[in-house]
Amino acid sequence: MSTLQLKKIDKRFGETQVLRDINVDVAEGEFVALVGPSGCGKSTLLRIISGLEPSTGGDIVLDGKRVNDVSAADRGLAMVFQSYALYPHMTVYQNMAFGLENVGTPKPEIESKIGAAAKMLQLDKLLQRRPTQLSGGQRQRVAIGRAIVRNPKLFLFDEPLSNLDAELRVQMRAEIIALHQRLETGMIYVTHDQVEAMTMADKIVVLRAGKVEQTGSPLELYNRPQNQFVAGFIGSPRMNFIDATVAGQSGNALDLALSGFENQPPLRLSVDSAASIAQGAKVTVGVRPEHAYVVEGSSSDYTIPLKVAQVEQLGGHGFVHCNLPGSENAMVVQFDGQNVIHAGSEVNVAIPAAACHVFSTAEGAPVLVSASAR
Amino acid sequence: MPDVAAFLMRTHGRTRFDWTDWVSYAYLFTGLFLMFGPVLWIVMSSFKTQAALSEFPPSFLPEGQKTVQIKGQEGRSPLFVVKMPDGTTRELAEIRRMGLMATMVDPAKPDEEIQVNINDRTKTREIRIATENYTQLFGRFAFGRYLWNSVFITVVATLITLLFNSMAAFALSKYKFAGQKAVFLLIIATLMIPPTIVLVPNFLVISNLGLLNSLWGVIWPAVATPTGVFLLRQYMLTIPDELLDAARMDHASEWQIYWRIVLPLTAPALAVLAIFSVMWRWNDFLWPLIVLSRSELFTLQLALNSFQGELQTEWNYLLAMTVITIIPVTLVFAFLQKHITTGIAASGVK
Repeated sequence: MSTLQLKKIDKRFGETQVLRDINVDVAEGEFVALVGPSGCGKSTLLRIISGLEPSTGGDIVLDGKRVNDVSAADRGLAMVFQSYALYPHMTVYQNMAFGLENVGTPKPEIESKIGAAAKMLQLDKLLQRRPTQLSGGQRQRVAIGRAIVRNPKLFLFDEPLSNLDAELRVQMRAEIIALHQRLETGMIYVTHDQVEAMTMADKIVVLRAGKVEQTGSPLELYNRPQNQFVAGFIGSPRMNFIDATVAGQSGNALDLALSGFENQPPLRLSVDSAASIAQGAKVTVGVRPEHAYVVEGSSSDYTIPLKVAQVEQLGGHGFVHCNLPGSENAMVVQFDGQNVIHAGSEVNVAIPAAACHVFSTAEGAPVLVSASAR
Repeated sequence: MPDVAAFLMRTHGRTRFDWTDWVSYAYLFTGLFLMFGPVLWIVMSSFKTQAALSEFPPSFLPEGQKTVQIKGQEGRSPLFVVKMPDGTTRELAEIRRMGLMATMVDPAKPDEEIQVNINDRTKTREIRIATENYTQLFGRFAFGRYLWNSVFITVVATLITLLFNSMAAFALSKYKFAGQKAVFLLIIATLMIPPTIVLVPNFLVISNLGLLNSLWGVIWPAVATPTGVFLLRQYMLTIPDELLDAARMDHASEWQIYWRIVLPLTAPALAVLAIFSVMWRWNDFLWPLIVLSRSELFTLQLALNSFQGELQTEWNYLLAMTVITIIPVTLVFAFLQKHITTGIAASGVK
């Protein structure tokens, strides 16, 4: 049971600043996902936590003690690598025993620990095999087993599922969640897949270009993204973004003219009366595919007519991809069940005002109006 | 067996001999003859007696003249087939020879001397394998001593070469430090210096260290090879750094990472370097010749050289010793070559 605090972590490689001012708290037994597009520095951050990479600035505090100068070996953490990094010349048993031997664990204890871990991970029959004789999923389990036997203070996972096929990935995801519940040890999990982060984590840290964009529980990020990047990154399919201009604000009502639909009456959102946005300002309206819907006839929600480019029928539900006039973005709308819409036809898409987020068009600027803030 | 035959008889033009087959077979046989002919000749000659070696024209097989023991004669007498004046042929032994006439006797009737013109007789030949060339080597010369010296130098120098070169390669391939490139370039640059140039400085160093006339004086200057460092470094670069990181997370010291992770994974490259090192040290001549001047410290190569006396050379022993000298290198190569191919095959399967 351990806690970890990252305080103002900075990292540069020569001139390039890879991480800046990273602050993350990991509570006891918490599952934290570091998520972001490739090159955002999430793996570097994990290596800094592990001690394999020194940070250029800031403090790493493990169980209340500053561990910046403690070597990777002595931090008492265990890491599961993307490539699994199993020692190819050792058997599964030797792979798992290596770390224990290095700390001078007596032989009978090593045996019992590996026996227990192998049983938990269904590796009992594979102990004498070499990594090359194992399938991807089995290798993954060995890598996790190697981490478990040392009873680490924290588990660090570096994109552990990215080398597995889709089916196995879902299965291993469930196994890691089950493992976390059983061991109750904190885990830090790096991934570029927001679905993994959403399904597994207690807390998600969204990183972009070496900066924390937002930290919070999965639903917090989903419901109240703090900027357009997080809004687009969390949720699948991603949120639709429509350019708009502020047509007017009176009291709690904000009127927006959607780009391409200027001759329609504006979209009216209710906002906090304190929020004041200049008239004529360019903004972006975001609405998730699952909140927008296709209407036949009239609707109480704001509707726009769109041309259908493509329809994805998944059976249980489906998606309609529509062209937004004057924009390269598509507008994706989810529907339940099955539908008879065809590509090329015109549909009316309803945008519920209560589900809209409004972002300033400036890159990375904070959200102006968030759906759940209302 | 049919597979081997089929393999050896394989042709380019499926059913019949294409012209490319003629060319390639001719090329291959020429190569085989050029490479293997001399070796085969040495092996065959090493089984010849001193007398058979000095025969002209030389024969390929270890043949010699048949000899018999004649009563009343010292030593064995050579046998000849003689054409008698009456047209018959008899097998006679020569006991004396004066100019063109030889005095010969029938081995069955040693008292009856016959005068024979040497033009009327031909030697009786037989296959005679002179195994004494080998069996007497051990008693006649300090052969065991030379063999031990050679084996000691080869084995110890190879082990130290593998250890030192792999440590240097590990540092150069897996650590980042200032001047890393410069150090590596310096090591590689020494490849450009011919060994003869450093002969004198090396000699001075060894002499001042008091290692002249010591086997260690042969071993130490040879263990740091730029070729070995280069070979191992290039191989170690292919070992993923994540393995080292994993070992570090597993509480392994840097020595353990080197000894238990990197070294076993470098085995195929180590085997290659071991072969090189064994061949270099075993066949080394110039440096041992300079360092070792006492004959009980001679390696086989030096002993071979010292066999060529000023007045006479015992070619039969020299050849036998040459064959023995070739055997270990051949065996090592044949054995470790298999190890290399399996190593490559094992690492190729991902």
